[in-house]
Amino acid sequence: MALPVAFFAVFFAYPVAAIVSRGLHGDGGWQPGRIWDVATRPDIRHVLWFTTWQALASTALTLLIALPGAYVFARFEFRGKQLLRAVVTVPFVLPTVVVGTAFLALLGRGGLLDELWGVRLDTTVWAILVAHVFFNYAVVVRTVGGLWSQLDPRQEEAARVLGASRFAAWRRVTLPALGPAVAAAALMVFLFTFTSFGVVQILGGPTFSTLEVEIYRQTSEIFDLATAAVLTIVQFVAVGAILVVHAATVRRRETALRLVAPGTTARRPRGAGQWALLAGVLVSIAVLLVLPLAVLVQRSLGAPGFGYYRALADDDGGVFLVAPIEAVGNSLEYALAATAIAVLIGGLAAAALTRRAGRLMRGFDALLMLPLGVSAVTVGFGFLIALDEPPLDLRASWILVPLAQALVGVPFVVRTMLPVLRAVDGRLREAAAVLGASPWRVWREVDLPMVRRALLIAAGFAFAVSLGEFGATVFIARPDNPTLPVAVAQLLGRAGDLNYGQAMALSTILMVVCAVALLLLERVRTDRTGEF
Amino acid sequence: MAVGLGLVALPVLSACGSSGAAGSGDPKTITLVSHNSWLVSKSVLKDFEKQSGYKVRVLKDGDAGQAVNKAILTKDNPQGDVFFGVDNTLLSRALDNGLFQPYTAKGADLVLPRYRTDQDKHRVTPIDTGDICVNYDKAYFSEHKLAPPQSFDDLVKPAYKNLLVTENAATSSPGLGFLLGSAAHYGDDNWQDYWKKLKANGVKVVDGWEQAYNDEFSGSAGGKKANADRPLVVSYASSPPAEVIYAKPKPATAPTGVAAGTCFRQVEYAGLLSHAKNAKGGKAFLDFLLTKEFQDDMPLNMFVYPVREGAQVPAEFARFGPQAKDPETLAPAKIAADRDQWVKSWTSLVLK
Repeated sequence: MALPVAFFAVFFAYPVAAIVSRGLHGDGGWQPGRIWDVATRPDIRHVLWFTTWQALASTALTLLIALPGAYVFARFEFRGKQLLRAVVTVPFVLPTVVVGTAFLALLGRGGLLDELWGVRLDTTVWAILVAHVFFNYAVVVRTVGGLWSQLDPRQEEAARVLGASRFAAWRRVTLPALGPAVAAAALMVFLFTFTSFGVVQILGGPTFSTLEVEIYRQTSEIFDLATAAVLTIVQFVAVGAILVVHAATVRRRETALRLVAPGTTARRPRGAGQWALLAGVLVSIAVLLVLPLAVLVQRSLGAPGFGYYRALADDDGGVFLVAPIEAVGNSLEYALAATAIAVLIGGLAAAALTRRAGRLMRGFDALLMLPLGVSAVTVGFGFLIALDEPPLDLRASWILVPLAQALVGVPFVVRTMLPVLRAVDGRLREAAAVLGASPWRVWREVDLPMVRRALLIAAGFAFAVSLGEFGATVFIARPDNPTLPVAVAQLLGRAGDLNYGQAMALSTILMVVCAVALLLLERVRTDRTGEF
Repeated sequence: MAVGLGLVALPVLSACGSSGAAGSGDPKTITLVSHNSWLVSKSVLKDFEKQSGYKVRVLKDGDAGQAVNKAILTKDNPQGDVFFGVDNTLLSRALDNGLFQPYTAKGADLVLPRYRTDQDKHRVTPIDTGDICVNYDKAYFSEHKLAPPQSFDDLVKPAYKNLLVTENAATSSPGLGFLLGSAAHYGDDNWQDYWKKLKANGVKVVDGWEQAYNDEFSGSAGGKKANADRPLVVSYASSPPAEVIYAKPKPATAPTGVAAGTCFRQVEYAGLLSHAKNAKGGKAFLDFLLTKEFQDDMPLNMFVYPVREGAQVPAEFARFGPQAKDPETLAPAKIAADRDQWVKSWTSLVLK
């Protein structure tokens, strides 16, 4: 409990407070009156309205498309499932710069849709919504599917035997059990889309702007710190309100569930209906997720004989002092460190949250989610001006990058572990304690075996977030060791065929690295007998 | 209590693998803060390190605007000793905020007079220059038997309707340069009318250069793959040479050209940061930036022109992206006075 709180105090609350107060101080001392002036400007009101509207629409659309996917991944056994599960997570880690390019190629002028049906969606709000589904599909599949695969199907079968219709059994038995996970997934998707940055910036053009994009413009381009500070506060309040509502709706619904090993619940689809569902999900994945990725791969192969890939190994290629390929190593190192930090902090926080209840703990729970709702730009600038004194002068230290990434990873770890931890029957712990086990041993012998899978999923998330994270990383200046997304952005920032091709090649490598890493995580089983 | 715990744990964390704190004050290390486009050949930098006995650390801190803003935010406790990469469009912001301390670099007398600025205080040293100009896709215009536009006036003609893509002047440095160029060309009272006409003639605005150039412009490598259909883009005079140099095999001529009458002159400066911990090393580095060796090496790394008299310009530059003969320019004081207001009016005029 102490460690997560300290972590957030030092690396989140303090930097953000520093930059916001710098913005509000202005020339005449403390000016809280500015908040109202800025918040009621018509253009700012419009930004707030658009932000909320597109986030709601994106969340609804994502749930609609991804929930059948979650079901298929949880309940069906089919060839290539593990690979596919890794593939659907890949979009989540791609730098938005790259995704924007891919989507323009699909939806823009002369894109695939344009050639087939003469439809152009670039610079419409649809492009933004579709890209958000692309990014967040994995969030739903992993959080909801993870729990769904551990629900005992026999409970539903028992209800059927007792005379409930198929739908009634699902509504009364499965849905309540899934509720918290669905709510958690919806919340995450909403927070992500509410604070969406790269997608909106590239696909929305200069006409659509979310709060996050506006904060970035005000801070880093226009240098109007006061407006940026107010917008940060507005976003903070909005996200806080969302979290409060979320906490109120799910709190009472997390109950002890009977969880079983995920391997036992999935079986081959039976009957036309199930096969049709499986086919439908596969088609939607192919169109929405694989197609944009395929465009990137195709473009990376544009030069004869893997020319772009070969160019990546040259260190006289111009843009970097080191061969761009070295960025792969940098990225992996950062991601491992960030995952370790996120799992440690998130795990401790989740454990603390399951052990105790009460108002204070609920506040702590919400606090852990806040980093998702505060712009990376704000945090990055905050780091710059807050963490500049010994012993905390970390501005050029490599550890700052994984720390910033872990900040985003922790909420994932907490969200994925908490439903499972809370579902562990408390009496098991009590029994163990009565039998003389120390608290640590209770955790090790009772909780850990049950949450190992959730822990792996959480670690996978944290790893993926770190691998593709671009916002905060860009803000932290460091000696010349770029991460993959940063290297891609630098290559895209220069004219010339070879640079563009290398950017596509590097993006393809990023996809592969990520997919492989996720596959490995899926395979990690320290306990050969499965989960229990 | 909890916070105390965290503080104890941190030094331990940062002790492993920290590459030395920012501006560590190590008298043998020079820290350069710059934007992402900073690049120098390894051998040239090694030569400097050997001759001077200093070690150079480079911190790349985002795009040009971002890097300047961050340097200003951290000016009381800077991340390094020297800052490279503030251009004339943002120079006033850096100077007004007291980012730099005075230093006259060795070789400042060799800088071509037209690039010199801040002559009474010497807070910044000009290092390189480039022109922001409209680029055109040669293939498109020969295919359509249409002469490419050559001037600001041409761009609003019906023949070029829906052909131009530019960048958001509020967020992109070429976008801002193009706006300043039009303001210099038409004057305070008429530039807004010009933009109204441009808008009526179908100019498309995207957020950043990458997108404009790689996704929307039909003449670039990325644009060709994306079937982009805007044959005119606001970019740099040095973009056509880049299309040649970074193509395999190298074509005999550049696929793109520059509309000579649409250029705005950009000059990039470097300076010694106000609270530099290693001021002596910083000064040595500024001297280095003006040496012939560095100035000769710079063009093919950063795609800019040297400012030093007698520095060599690569053959590809002279052939495919010569410097504009008569670019638009604006006095730094003028930019300082009007920039923010212009960007505001431009935003409400063009984007709303």
